Amino acid sequence: MSHKVIVPIGPYHPLQEEPEFFRLHVDGEKVTDIDIIIGYMHRGIEELSEHKHFHQVPYLVERICGICSSSHPYAYVLAIEDILGGEANVVPERALYIRTIVDELQRLHSHLLWLGLAGHFIGYNTVWMWAWRYREPLLDLFEMITGNRNHYGISKIGGVIHDIKDEDIPAIKKAMDDLVPAANMFKGAVMDDPVIHARLKGVGILTKQQAIDWCTVGPTARASGVDIDVRRDDPYGVFDKVKWNVIVEKEGDVFAKAVVRILELYESVGIIRQCLDKMPKGPIDADIKDIPPGEGIGHVEAPRGECFHYVRSDGTNRPVRHKIRAPSYVNIASNKVAAVGQTISDTTITLAAVDPCYCCTERVAVLDKKTDKQVLNGWDLIKLSQEKTEKIKKRMGINV
Amino acid sequence: MKALINLFTYLIFPGFLFSACIGLIAGWVDRKVTARIHWRVGPPWYQNFVDIVKLLGKETIVPAGAKMTFLLAPYLGLLSLTLVAAALGSNILSPLEGFVGDLIVVLYLLVVPAVALIIGAASSRNPLASVGLSREMKLVLGYELPFILSVITVIIKSGITIQIGEIINHQINFGSNIASISGTLAFLVSIFCMQAKLGFVPFDASEAEQEIMGGVLIEYSGLPLAIFKVTKAILLYTMPLFLIILFMGKDLSPLFIIAKFVLLLVIIVLIKNTSPRVRIDQALRWFWGPMSFLASAAVILALLGK
Repeated sequence: MSHKVIVPIGPYHPLQEEPEFFRLHVDGEKVTDIDIIIGYMHRGIEELSEHKHFHQVPYLVERICGICSSSHPYAYVLAIEDILGGEANVVPERALYIRTIVDELQRLHSHLLWLGLAGHFIGYNTVWMWAWRYREPLLDLFEMITGNRNHYGISKIGGVIHDIKDEDIPAIKKAMDDLVPAANMFKGAVMDDPVIHARLKGVGILTKQQAIDWCTVGPTARASGVDIDVRRDDPYGVFDKVKWNVIVEKEGDVFAKAVVRILELYESVGIIRQCLDKMPKGPIDADIKDIPPGEGIGHVEAPRGECFHYVRSDGTNRPVRHKIRAPSYVNIASNKVAAVGQTISDTTITLAAVDPCYCCTERVAVLDKKTDKQVLNGWDLIKLSQEKTEKIKKRMGINV
Repeated sequence: MKALINLFTYLIFPGFLFSACIGLIAGWVDRKVTARIHWRVGPPWYQNFVDIVKLLGKETIVPAGAKMTFLLAPYLGLLSLTLVAAALGSNILSPLEGFVGDLIVVLYLLVVPAVALIIGAASSRNPLASVGLSREMKLVLGYELPFILSVITVIIKSGITIQIGEIINHQINFGSNIASISGTLAFLVSIFCMQAKLGFVPFDASEAEQEIMGGVLIEYSGLPLAIFKVTKAILLYTMPLFLIILFMGKDLSPLFIIAKFVLLLVIIVLIKNTSPRVRIDQALRWFWGPMSFLASAAVILALLGK
């Protein structure tokens, strides 16, 4: 088979659970080009947020992503607290510790989730099921601490909503102790398995220069030797008060991305343990009511990379502008260089290796590859949606 | 009367009905054990039967432009594999009733299900199916060479005979083929070939749902899909049985056959659950490299009488 065909991955495809569309231009088994088309789940979060009360927005941005559901509200409240004079000056210390603990627990569960999915994508379903099994106690921890398994609803302007009770701390510590052997097992299963080496090493290589050129962030960049981490470069929470390391690998292939994420599990466990030991007593909320005019930025290291929020306030009770940039937005684009030249089998795992999160990433114009002309942009989508609503109204006989 | 008996052998026991039931139950064992390894509960024992019955009731969708071959290909695989199941079963029941060369016929017929898949996928005109069929084709080319080499080892070990009954008789008189160095080597090789023939991980690249959404099977639905599923179930019964006959044929009383069958099934399930899917070029390299080398070594050792 030497003729060229287009192999579609998406818009609905068993590879990934969200709607996305990768059009692989294939020559035999080899991928010669790739069109990345996302934007199937535009929900207008930024616009919605500009119609909400400042204190309602954390709940809204939490729903951007079910996996990074601590990072988005955290980045948003950081942006507001930037207007108020900085997180460290506004928020009580105990709240900083609680935010850090929840943020790291989220990283643990997200990395385990990715590890499982990566196993699934290369047909290793045992890793998938086992990783998710060890992720389950973490979700129980979330339920214990915040009351919810996935949308934690814990960040709040000026503090946190739920305190970590003293009687809960041994349970958290025990869960951390139980997680380390599991992490050891996965480390062994990935790093010592010759078949996994054969499948992942040298696959989907993103060189350091490419990683910088395509502005990748988070584990994707760190696996290519780019030493960036918001937690260290611009500390928030109490990341400057605990000891931990930024994991950097040089190879840039899928294997390095897996290694970075697995080693980060240990760092996160260490951070949580230190936080639990150092956590002071005291209030957890500064009880902030009004937001003065001004503009602020907040960025946190989400499990997938830097999550960035910008908020402008004019002194009313609503943000006049709220801009969000999720890490997947830049990481997915890097597939354009990482995935081309691979076989189809390697492309799928390469696409998944950046840990893409499509709902985070919905501000993309649809381009036609041949003419480079915009087919659909955000406004067209809104117009389409309005036309559809009109049609439905007409059909149902509603006149407004 | 003879014709009636043959029909019974082909359709009921040990042919279609019997082998399909055993195959579907073996498929359940596979699913259940896999589920337990995954910390899942797993389906009840009749799940595979229910799946087939459900598929029979579903609409059959034929893609635009597909020819009759699309609908006939599944039958091709099923008919030939049933023939294999009947031949192997009746050889176990009465080893002397076979004919010279039935081993060659069985070897041919065992390839037909893969060929049927390739034909069906090709006639469906789906780009993903075409990727899948090219992988299936490469896989067949890959595993057939070491598989035939290991069968040749058995032929040499059993005193140069190409009759299945003779191979069984030779083992009954002189001990199982697996008990020698060359037999063990050939057995190891054919386990991997069996895994590839069954299309299980790590050699399931032609169906890889995460890459090409079922590949060769993507356009199939309803009855034709059910037939492919039944074919695969019969293959799950036939392949281990074939290996038992070739390598562990000393004691073929029902209890021993079941024990050996379960042993092989466990090996299949364990390989399936402890490895990721390999790329098709890696699979090809694996079969033409180390596997063919081992199989050739087995042939040479068998010629030397080891």
